[in-house]
Amino acid sequence: MSEAVPNFEGLLREALAPVEPPEDLVERVESTLTSITEMAADELEAWELSAMRDPRNWARPAAALLVGTTAGAALVLLRARRRGAGSTGVLGGAPWPSVTRSAERTVRDLGRETRRLLGDR
Amino acid sequence: MSEHASKKSKAQLDAEFSELYRAHLRDVYSYAYYRVGDHHDAEDLTEQTFLQAYRHFERAQRESHGRPLRPWLIRIAHNLAANLYRDRSRKPASSIDETTTVAALHTTEQLVEGREELARVLEGVRRLPDDRREALIMRFALGMDNREIARALGRSDGATKVLIHRAIKQLEGLIGEGEASSNGRAPHAAAAVKEAAQAGGGGPDE
Repeated sequence: MSEAVPNFEGLLREALAPVEPPEDLVERVESTLTSITEMAADELEAWELSAMRDPRNWARPAAALLVGTTAGAALVLLRARRRGAGSTGVLGGAPWPSVTRSAERTVRDLGRETRRLLGDR
Repeated sequence: MSEHASKKSKAQLDAEFSELYRAHLRDVYSYAYYRVGDHHDAEDLTEQTFLQAYRHFERAQRESHGRPLRPWLIRIAHNLAANLYRDRSRKPASSIDETTTVAALHTTEQLVEGREELARVLEGVRRLPDDRREALIMRFALGMDNREIARALGRSDGATKVLIHRAIKQLEGLIGEGEASSNGRAPHAAAAVKEAAQAGGGGPDE
């Protein structure tokens, strides 16, 4: 059936309707931030044992600590709010990438982030 | 002495970052999806965008002077998408997944009546040059105004207005071509484009 022709802006708005992010993407981003926090903590332990006597090395663990704790605190907030808000993903049932793929990617990101934070060469 | 103060300010920063994340996850994902035309790449792009944003959040806040940070977030996604294409030396691997998009976002009745028309518009958008496509995505998928789009694209407000106007005009041509090649079936999209262009939809002041 032929209805009234919608104006073009309406048509474009309809064609380009916002896309809800999949639920597992939300979890993935949060888990990446969590992992950064944990990796930063591990690196800090290593630094405590080997390098903390030299003041020239203090800046890097300090940076890791700063970023790690910031990520941790941000995550606590995000999770608390998500619990309160409940699930809203429209596309939650769609076939998204496997958990393995996500985990691999997270580990890869982690390595990159940690190297950047701690200045490994 | 300032340890307590700096911790408090960091907690505030954390809270604000989580607000930003919650408020704009859908914007970033929608932009990424329409920009790259693939759910997997869109997920990667969204994740990387927030990681980058997280790293530079404090500075961005300092330099934003209270202005909304959505254009900054979209600009990060825009740069990452450009890098993605440069690295892979390719355009989007496939057209926007019309089945998924339309099925997820429209009712059954709309599917029957409007799917072909919407698909034609999406195909036209996909064929636009990157900057024009991005401007339309920002305007219509994210509802950004000219000023926000200008900040996201690093252009002046005037140049952005012209960009959007030209994008709509070009889309008109593309949809017209598509309809001519399918023997004039479902001419609504082209008619609507013409109507919008005549009404000055999104066009620059003249």
